[in-house]
Amino acid sequence: MAKLRILYFAWLRERVGHAEEERVLPQGIGTLGELIAWLRTQHSGYEAAFSEPRLVRAAVNQAFAGQDAAISDGDEVAFFPPITGG
Amino acid sequence: MRRISVQAEDFDPGAEIAALQACAPGAGALASFVGVVRSDAAHPIMSMTLEHYPAMTVAAVERIAEAAGQRFALLGCTVVHRFGRLLPGERIVFVGTAASHRRAALEATEFLIDWLKTRAPFWKQEHLADGSSRWVAALAQDEADAERWSARPSPSERLV
Repeated sequence: MAKLRILYFAWLRERVGHAEEERVLPQGIGTLGELIAWLRTQHSGYEAAFSEPRLVRAAVNQAFAGQDAAISDGDEVAFFPPITGG
Repeated sequence: MRRISVQAEDFDPGAEIAALQACAPGAGALASFVGVVRSDAAHPIMSMTLEHYPAMTVAAVERIAEAAGQRFALLGCTVVHRFGRLLPGERIVFVGTAASHRRAALEATEFLIDWLKTRAPFWKQEHLADGSSRWVAALAQDEADAERWSARPSPSERLV
């Protein structure tokens, strides 16, 4: 059973309603894309946060990652909008 | 010499340049960039909040500085990036580079700020006079500025 720490930043944090959480994943979720699809079914805040996939970026264990990235037990996953640093 | 700092406090650009020079003996060129919170008639703001991803930010900036060191013949570089609430006119970011010659220093500075804008996990939120706030949208131009370093090797870039 895979357990993840999930962080949200900027307007994704506002839409989801919290900055971080721990989640136990159901069977069959092995990639970031699958995680997003599952989260969207959890409550309306997640649906609002992930409704525009082109505006969502992610990191797994503090490294930028794409939708196909594998996730596994103990990982830290972060979701955020495109970066506006500098 | 590489100095990376992610901090809430202000910094002194002159002191940063002096420290960079002191750690890069023999350098013939020092270049720097300072980013400032902008508020003008076309787009007035009251303040700005920079949110970041603390567990990732320093490592991400290190990777960017590492990439600069591989591309350009640098003798040293400094990146200081602030987070938290900042007022118009406050400094946000300092990039400084030391090199034997000006071209590497100038181009590495531009490279660093272009990559910081799109690859260091910071997000800007503007607070307006009417009490509302808005997250700054990423600019396609910023992404294009960052990407051109992948597409176009410049004269001072090392052949790796």
